[in-house]
Amino acid sequence: MDDVNGDSAGPLVMGAMTAGSMSAGSLAVAESAASEVFVVELAEYSGPLDLLLTLIRDEQIDIYDIPIARIAEQFLARISSLKLDEAADYLEMAARLVRIKAQTLLPRREGEDLWDDPRAELVRRLLEYQQVREVVDVLERRSEDRRGRFARAYSQQSVQIPLAGKLSLSLPELLSAVDRVLRLARKPHIHDVVPRALDVDGAIGIVRALLAIRARAQWKDILPKKAEPWEVLSLLLALLELAKRGELRLLQPHAFAAFEITRDSSSEAA
Amino acid sequence: MTPLAKLLEAALFASATPIPEAALSAIAAHADDADATLESALEELRLHYDTDGHGVELIAVAGGWQILTRPEYTEAIERAQLAARPQRLSTAALETLAIIAYRQPIGRSEIEEIRGVGAGAILKSLHERGLIDVVGRGEGLGRPLHYGTTPSFLEQFALRHLEELPRADELAIALRAPRQATPPGGVSAPANKGNGEAPPRAD
Repeated sequence: MDDVNGDSAGPLVMGAMTAGSMSAGSLAVAESAASEVFVVELAEYSGPLDLLLTLIRDEQIDIYDIPIARIAEQFLARISSLKLDEAADYLEMAARLVRIKAQTLLPRREGEDLWDDPRAELVRRLLEYQQVREVVDVLERRSEDRRGRFARAYSQQSVQIPLAGKLSLSLPELLSAVDRVLRLARKPHIHDVVPRALDVDGAIGIVRALLAIRARAQWKDILPKKAEPWEVLSLLLALLELAKRGELRLLQPHAFAAFEITRDSSSEAA
Repeated sequence: MTPLAKLLEAALFASATPIPEAALSAIAAHADDADATLESALEELRLHYDTDGHGVELIAVAGGWQILTRPEYTEAIERAQLAARPQRLSTAALETLAIIAYRQPIGRSEIEEIRGVGAGAILKSLHERGLIDVVGRGEGLGRPLHYGTTPSFLEQFALRHLEELPRADELAIALRAPRQATPPGGVSAPANKGNGEAPPRAD
């Protein structure tokens, strides 16, 4: 099967891949107003390395011994004939080739046996790229195989909400239901404001009295049975206040655990 | 067919995506069929489709199983506009995908270095297709995003797992092999010539 995207340069209407192909060096991008998609004249090559590899293959050149001047010349000729010379990636490669060519032309000193081939990096990249192309072949075969099969097209059915059946209700039942609702609504709970609700000083007295007898205590020891909310809050504030003054230490071993109250011996000594 | 094979067939039919092996095991455990294990039931179902002449077949893919139509009916199904084949990926996109599949997690700059072309737009479109995902962030300047392939990649490329791709050393040209080890086609191996490297031809 003819690979539409890769090897032919014909115009192709594409949606998602448009931008990607552009960066791969394709030009002549025109937006068709009618269909709101890009019409891209895809480049023959997916990148400068692809072009370079194609040249090497066409010329049947040994990849480890690239005649750099010839290849550089052909590369430049090819990108100008393809009108690719606007693409920065291709220009960058062209510049690289010209630089390598210049480096190979520099005279070398006699007996300089360890010579750093300026082409080595290029060869490494070409080999690496060739490997990528090999994997692309594998992926292409695989995806072609998968594209030829369909999975079940599953569409979620919209859930039908079952309608309730007819109501069978007598008038007294309905009235009593209304009455229940109204009775609930009639008594809105209004918060009672209690003046001087908290007694922190009193709570401090309680805690001090307890710590005078015992060196350590627990929250439940100081809290009276059936404590009112204001008592709980007063005690909590008292403990925090005393901890701040350094009269005791509070320790909670882990979250939500009962905390321990310890007399602070250091402050006692002082 | 054993009751378990029938049950699995029903489950696979009900699912639009491959059912992972673990989910199938859970189904098998609940079925409580003493006569068949998950493996035997799947094999039974596969053979049932293969030998009795069915339009669908059972395929192992992306770490799970899926019922797919046979390729010979694709044309007819597409002609009837019941389903459409997904769009082919461009070579540039496939190259990018191949690099990510082998080198994941990999950052954008490394991909661009290998391909010699900017990869931003391609990465975006591969991500939109659900073939790759961001799998983390690299060290270094700007903590660049790292990409990896998704289960959907395995599914769309008919792979059971990533190891099914050819290993790097199985490829015709080994990536990191020393030059001497891979003389190209044996035509000329200039690396072995003389006491040093062959002088470059400058034409």
